[in-house]
Amino acid sequence: MSFFQQHSTKTSRKHVQDPALQPWVEKYRPKTIDDVSAQEHTVAVLRRTLTSTNLPHMLFYGPPGTGKTSTILALARQLFGPENFRSRVLELNASDERGISIVREKIKNFARQTPRAAQPHVTEDGISYPCPPYKIIILDEADSMTQDAQAALRRIMETYARITRFCLVCNYVTRIIEPLASRCSKFRFKPLDSSSTSLRLHQISSLENIPISTSVIETLINVSQGDLRRSITYLQSASRLSHSTNPPTEITSRDIQEIAGIVPDDVINDFATVLGVDIVVGSGMQTDSKGRAPGFDGVRSKVRELVREGYSASQILSQLHDLIIEHPTLAAHRKAQCALSFAEADKALCDGADEELWILEAALQVYKALA
Amino acid sequence: MSLWVDLHRPRSLDDLHYHQDLSARLRALASSDDFPHMLFYGPSGAGKKTRIACTLKELFGKGAERIKIDQRVFLTPSKRKLDVNIVQSNFHIEITPSEVGNYDRVVIQEILKEIAQTQQVDVSARHRFKVVVINEADTLTRDAQAALRRTMEKYMSNMRIILCANSTSKLIAPIKSRCLLIRVAAPTETEMKLVLDFVAKRQGFGIDPEAAQEIVQDSGGNLRKAILVFEALKMQSPSLTGPLSIAKPDWETYCHKVADMIIQEQSPERVMQVRAKLYELLSHCIPPTIILKTIADRVVDKVDESLKADIMHWAAIYEVRMRVGNKKIFHLEAWVIKVMSLYKHFCFDIDMDAFD
Repeated sequence: MSFFQQHSTKTSRKHVQDPALQPWVEKYRPKTIDDVSAQEHTVAVLRRTLTSTNLPHMLFYGPPGTGKTSTILALARQLFGPENFRSRVLELNASDERGISIVREKIKNFARQTPRAAQPHVTEDGISYPCPPYKIIILDEADSMTQDAQAALRRIMETYARITRFCLVCNYVTRIIEPLASRCSKFRFKPLDSSSTSLRLHQISSLENIPISTSVIETLINVSQGDLRRSITYLQSASRLSHSTNPPTEITSRDIQEIAGIVPDDVINDFATVLGVDIVVGSGMQTDSKGRAPGFDGVRSKVRELVREGYSASQILSQLHDLIIEHPTLAAHRKAQCALSFAEADKALCDGADEELWILEAALQVYKALA
Repeated sequence: MSLWVDLHRPRSLDDLHYHQDLSARLRALASSDDFPHMLFYGPSGAGKKTRIACTLKELFGKGAERIKIDQRVFLTPSKRKLDVNIVQSNFHIEITPSEVGNYDRVVIQEILKEIAQTQQVDVSARHRFKVVVINEADTLTRDAQAALRRTMEKYMSNMRIILCANSTSKLIAPIKSRCLLIRVAAPTETEMKLVLDFVAKRQGFGIDPEAAQEIVQDSGGNLRKAILVFEALKMQSPSLTGPLSIAKPDWETYCHKVADMIIQEQSPERVMQVRAKLYELLSHCIPPTIILKTIADRVVDKVDESLKADIMHWAAIYEVRMRVGNKKIFHLEAWVIKVMSLYKHFCFDIDMDAFD
C-alpha cells in the first residue's frame, strides 16, 4: 500500500508546476462551487445536484471572466473527486480540433462508454464525493463550434443521456443552435458587481502579500468591467512589474492603465479639445478652447500623432465616446450625431478597415457635429 | 554586405536607443522567473521585432541568436497540404501564421501543442519554457485566436507566447486579457536623429543636422524607412551636402500623378485614364488601401477646406467597402468618381454665386 502511495505522489509531483509561477487565475480558481463569486442563483441550483445525484444537460453562458469554466470544473471535481475525475470528465475547448469528425468519433466514443461503477466514497481528508453514475463532457467555448458539429451532437445528447451529461460553455448563447439549446437547462452568468470583484482582489492581494491601495483596486474594477479574470491578470502583471525592480515599487493606477492598454486621460482630453469639446477640469476651471479652430489640417495632424503613439483605434474611439456621451454641457442632439459616427467607425473597424482613416473619419464627423 | 538597417540593428537591450524605461522593464521581467505572455504593439518601424529579439537574447543568452529556418508541412482536416516556414532556435520558435490564410488555426494548434507537450531538454538552459513568437498577430483569424485562448493558460509551465501586432483592435478580448501589453510607440524626431547620428558614426562619417531633419520628416515616424532612405541618399551623393532630393518610391509619385489628374479635369474620359493608372498600380502589387490613402492625402492638400472632410469621409467609406467586397478596382473607381463629382459641384456652385 505504501509503495503505491509513494508512487502516486511521485508521478503527480512531476506534473505539478511551481505554484509561484502559475498564473493567478489558475492558482485561485475556485476549488468548490461555494467559492464561486457572485453567481448565487446558479450556485444554489447546482448545490442541490450534489446531493440528489441528478444533473440535467447544462448550457452556461455569459460574458468572459464570470466563472463559467470555473464553476463546471469545480462541480465536476466535487462530484467525482480527484481520482475519478480523469475517467469521468472529458474537457474539450477551442484549442482542440472540434470538427464534425471529432464529434462523431471522440465525443461519441466517450459518451457511449458505461462508467465504471464507483461508490460514493470519503477520502482520508474527510471530503465526501457522491460519484453519481454518469460522465460529464465539457465543451468549452462551444460558440466556436461549427453548425454542423453542433448538429451532430443533437442525437448523441439524447441517446446517451442516461450515462452522459453535457455541459456547454459559451459567451454568446445565440451562436448555439436552437435544438441544442432547448435540450439544456440554461444558466446565465452575470458580470461581477464591483463589491465582489474588490473582495476577491483583496483576498488575493493579501494571500500574495502585495500591498495595494483602494484607488488601484478601483482602477482595476473600472478597467475590467466585470471580468474577474482580466482584473486578476492585470493585478498579477502589475505586481510582476513592481517586483522586478529592486526595491519593489508600489503599484499605481497608471501602471494598471498602461498594462490594460488604456489611453491616458490627458491624451484623450487633448484630442477632444482639438475636436472642439470643452474639457471641464475639476470645478469651474474651463480651458478656453473657444476661438481657435484647428481646421482639417489640425485634426489630421493630431490623428497622425495618435497613430504614431501606437494606441489602438478601438480603444481611442471607445474612450472618446465615453467622454463625449458623459459630457455635462453638450447639447443632446450633438451627442447623438457623435454617437452615430462612432457606431459607423466601430462597424468599419470590425470589418477590418484601415485604422488611421477611420479615426480621422470619426474625428472629422465629431468636429463637424460640434462646430 | 548587409543593409544598414540590419547591420546596425541593436542586438541587446542595452544597445537600444530609445524607450529606456521599456527596456528596463523588459530586462527586469526577463531576469525574474516569472515571465508572462506578452503582446507587443505599435506602428510599423517603431522597433517591435528588434525589442522582441533583444528580449529573447536577454532571456536565453547567445543561444537565441543561433537560428535555423525550417520548412514544415501541415495537413488540414480536408487533407490539404500547407507549407509553412518556421524560424527556430533551441529556445524559441517564430511563425507567421498569416502566410497560410484561412488555415492558420491548424498551424497554431499543431505548433503550440507540439511545443507545449515537450519539455526543454537542454539542461543548461536558463529557463524551462520555450518561447513562441507569433508575427502579425492581428491578421490571425478568429478561430486561430480562439485556439490560443485556453492553450495559453494550460501550458504556461512549458511555453510563453510573444505576439507582435500593429494594433490591438483586431485581437479578441480574451487574448488581450491574458497578455502583458507592451506598447512600442514610434520614436520622436529627436530620438530618430540620434539614431541616424549613431548610424553615421558607425559608418565613419558625420551627418549634417539639416539632412537628418529632412530624412526624419519624410519618414513619418518609421525608423526603418528613415535608415533605408539615409543609406540610399548616401549612395547617391556620398558627400550628403547641397540640396537633398529624397527620392520618393515610384508608386508614390505615380499616385500623386493620379491625384493631380483628378483635380485637373472631371470627365468620363479622365475617369478612363485614371482607371488605366489604377490598374497599373494594382498590377504592381501596391495594396489598394495604400493607393487610396496616398491619393486621398494628395487630393486633400489641393482642394478647398470645406471639401476636405467630405473627401476623407468617402475615402473611409470606400476603403471599408473594398475590404468587405471582392473587386478592389470597383471601389477605387467609385471613390475617384465621387471625388470628381464633389469637386465639380463645388466649383460649379461658386461660379453660380459669382454670376448672381
